[in-house]
Amino acid sequence: MHNFTPIASLLGGMLIGLSAAAMLLLDGKIAGISGILAGVLKPIAGDTLWRVCFLTGLLAGGIALRILLPTAFDFGIIRPLPLLIIAGLLVGFGTRLGSGCTSGHGVCGVSRLSPRSLVATGTFVFTGALTVYLFNHLTGN
Amino acid sequence: MKALLTSFASGLVFALGLGISGMTRPIKVIGFLDFFGAWDASLAFVMVGAIAVYFVAYRIRATMPAPLLAPKFAMPTRHDLDVKLILGAAIFGAGWGLGGFCPGPALTSLASGAMPVFVFVVAMGLGMYLHSWVTEIRATTSGLTVSPANTTQDA
Repeated sequence: MHNFTPIASLLGGMLIGLSAAAMLLLDGKIAGISGILAGVLKPIAGDTLWRVCFLTGLLAGGIALRILLPTAFDFGIIRPLPLLIIAGLLVGFGTRLGSGCTSGHGVCGVSRLSPRSLVATGTFVFTGALTVYLFNHLTGN
Repeated sequence: MKALLTSFASGLVFALGLGISGMTRPIKVIGFLDFFGAWDASLAFVMVGAIAVYFVAYRIRATMPAPLLAPKFAMPTRHDLDVKLILGAAIFGAGWGLGGFCPGPALTSLASGAMPVFVFVVAMGLGMYLHSWVTEIRATTSGLTVSPANTTQDA
């Protein structure tokens, strides 16, 4: 096992939990990124502005990282563009069909012990691992 | 206004958490999903940290009649498991393993200015539109079933 960063990952995870907790206890919303984005791409009257604010915050946080922690964008692996396009289409389509992603299902839903989110999280970790396994074997990594 | 500021601040803290934890780096994500190779368990700690905090918050919520800055809680109400949920999660997982990005880290990484991230985010948005088009087509041509999986492959 290399590149193991348990402390940083635990601290970062707690910040993610804190952010999602603030959305819940202050605004009464689930911090699911794919759902928040989808609500901006197909706006519903009166339910869009908070989403734009959250996404603006996400980008502002990205800019802060670029200044304070540029290593956050040492991607390490960047797949060729055609594969990234396929991956993006699958992520966009799949998160809508499955009503959530790593944040909505993986963090918020699993914490609520929602059966739907537990099943969804188990499923996307499994197919993610399967994809990595197949990719590495097909490309000889 | 305070609720909107909370949304902005939460988005900002969320992005910092993603960056500090390693979620914005596909090498970490793909390393975590590589159970049969050089497994990097770090991202399991992201889940543990986030869930530990949110689990407590959800227990606090149970004692509150309403959120502090909004009239009511907007919570998911469904408990049923259906094919869409499982198929959707399976498709998402495949894309996540292939590219190493899920939605939050991809949007945060736009700030890096890296062109491949931009391409991924545009494709992700198109995937979301594709889903709503398929849903609308299915709603208007009831009786004809369009398989979402096949539609995705055709794209």
